[in-house]
Amino acid sequence: MTETNGQQNYNFIHPIKKNHMHVPTMAEFIATGEKPEVLFWVGCAGSFDQRAQKITKAFVTILDKLKIKYAILGKEEMCTGDPARRAGNEFMFQMMAYQNIQILNGYDIKKIVTACPHCFNVLKNEYPVLGGNYEVIHHATFLQQLIDEGKIKMREEGQFKGKKITYHDSCYLGRANNIYEAPRRVLEAMDVALIEMKRCKSNGLCCGAGGAQMFKEEEKGDVRINIERSDEALATGAKVIAAACPFCNTMLTDGVKNKEKEEEVQVLDIAELVALSMQES
Amino acid sequence: MLKIQKICFSKQQIIYLSYYNLFVMQYIQQVAFLLLSGFSIWLFSKNIIQIKKNILLGRDEDLSDNPGLRWKNLFLLALGQKKMFRNPTVAVMHLIIYAGFIIINVEVIEIILDGILGSHRIFLTPLGNYYSWLINFFEILAFGVIIVCIVFLARRNIVRVKRFVSKDLQGWPKSDANIILITEIILMSLFLIMNATDQVLQNIVPNHYHSTQPFIISQHITSFFQGYSETKLIFIERTCWWIHILGIFAFLNYLPYSKHLHILLAFPNAYYARLQPMGTMQNMKHVQNEVTYMMQPELAPTGEAQPMKFGAKDVMDLSWKSLLDAYSCTECGRCSSACPANQTGKLLSPRKIMMDTRDRLEEVGQSIKKNGTWIDDGKTLVNHYITIEELRACTTCNACVQECPVSINPLDIIIELRRSLIMEDSNAPQEWNALFGNIENNFAPWKLSPDDRDKWATEL
Repeated sequence: MTETNGQQNYNFIHPIKKNHMHVPTMAEFIATGEKPEVLFWVGCAGSFDQRAQKITKAFVTILDKLKIKYAILGKEEMCTGDPARRAGNEFMFQMMAYQNIQILNGYDIKKIVTACPHCFNVLKNEYPVLGGNYEVIHHATFLQQLIDEGKIKMREEGQFKGKKITYHDSCYLGRANNIYEAPRRVLEAMDVALIEMKRCKSNGLCCGAGGAQMFKEEEKGDVRINIERSDEALATGAKVIAAACPFCNTMLTDGVKNKEKEEEVQVLDIAELVALSMQES
Repeated sequence: MLKIQKICFSKQQIIYLSYYNLFVMQYIQQVAFLLLSGFSIWLFSKNIIQIKKNILLGRDEDLSDNPGLRWKNLFLLALGQKKMFRNPTVAVMHLIIYAGFIIINVEVIEIILDGILGSHRIFLTPLGNYYSWLINFFEILAFGVIIVCIVFLARRNIVRVKRFVSKDLQGWPKSDANIILITEIILMSLFLIMNATDQVLQNIVPNHYHSTQPFIISQHITSFFQGYSETKLIFIERTCWWIHILGIFAFLNYLPYSKHLHILLAFPNAYYARLQPMGTMQNMKHVQNEVTYMMQPELAPTGEAQPMKFGAKDVMDLSWKSLLDAYSCTECGRCSSACPANQTGKLLSPRKIMMDTRDRLEEVGQSIKKNGTWIDDGKTLVNHYITIEELRACTTCNACVQECPVSINPLDIIIELRRSLIMEDSNAPQEWNALFGNIENNFAPWKLSPDDRDKWATEL
């Protein structure tokens, strides 16, 4: 696991001081006899990876501000099985899928939002045939809808207004599920100066993490995929590289550090950008 | 007077003899044509049936759902070449060759009818003035095909576009591409020369070479043949006609051995392409059942469990669609030039995956044909053709699937081979074994306690 400890760098992500925000779990909802509108599937990266936890926190901050009735599974959530399946271990995938579907169906979950394109893809496309049928939505689309509905309002002088930002397409959001516009619409709502890389949208270059590559050393080659990609992103001159996947985020952050550009260029999730730009309600 | 009479007589004699010769020649030509066309169609059918047999060696998979959407894919992706237009310049050039190939085949119908019936330009009388218009259209296409083929040859051999000089194409595949382009140039040139000599002959032998309007392209090369004798012209015209049609028959029979088979298989391949979002991996029903029975033993059927195979080691273990994919591949290399692993110098090349699958399938098919049944030759697709290192480099990003203009899915093959490595051979890199252990014990890919999964929520 590649950990990102970017200390002072990311401190500005949390403008809201500790207000002891409570993140409700499904178990708590059931205890009160209520149902949340949407389940937030945090995912392993969002739960455990120090960098991705900040994305998770930014996203629940948005949910909390908008008073959206959401819940997480908490300790009951498990890996969807995505890396195991793509490495070739179907048994392990089926084991994880079985257990997750039991829990999700047990809670009668109807709608799931997640900030991880890998979890999104598995929950949306691969669980239905196994008996897990839910409305699954990625946080890029979710945020775009909230913006369109006028629920998220950006500050007049947001800190990213007019700022050069490039967006890196996650394979599992883009090619795998044809979601190219939603994250861009979210960025446009912040009035950023969006610059596209040459390889973008359906031509987008992978960050190098998918297919369980995140969890092993890269095969022999001329250059690491994440370096190739982050160099392309840096070449745009953008001050922020926006991503919508915790794994892309890690890979690109490493690439930016490799070029010792981490002081000038931030790799941020769209949820973090929104959390920093939206009006206080 | 006498002298003149004598000449007249001998002229009549010559005319008589030449008609006789023409009749015999015509008769021989018709018979030869029928025999040759019959043979070439028989040979082609035989090879196509063999290819179909080879494809059906693959694992069964039902891909007959949603015919409406499948027909739409066939029209848009195969006939409309939708994905080619990701690069519009190349797409237009390819379209010219393609249109030339398809539309000029209408002219081939006339050629075949003339060949069988011994007629000359059989469509001229029924079409009247439209005939010249039609031939002009074909000539423009033929000229376009020649120009584009020259550009394509230059792209491969002079400009050396990166995807065409890759080591995937060393040897036969490189020659294959050049042979196709040169053959097309020759076929189209023959068609134009034939029309040019025909126009000169229209003034010399008007009763056989019926008068037409000057043809739009070939009229510019008629001057070259102006001084030629009648015999010489007829010889050139007939030779062009024969080499052209023989070339077409030869080309037809070249297809089953060539990457050029895509002109036919692009259609079924687009029809049978997967319809789910690209991110969806195919479910392994028997593994799903196994896990369900383990979790809920009361559901398990009684009796001996069937022995199961996990993933693919060889071509017969792949879905028949993957095998159709392999035969549909035209080795253009769009997949490999979009592949993140290939672009960064890893061994993996999705194009090579498809070429290896076809080569291995051909080998297996030949062996079965020879021996009547499959005799294990000690080789498999994985290891002997595709190395583990190649398979391990894939990020499952779907760029190869996205790029393929003929609806090939190299990722399906990569995943099936990976499944076999992990589940049959327990062959995983150490880090992946750690990953599996962590998922099993901690329900997360890292060695972190499941109790800490929601620890972040206490830090807000």
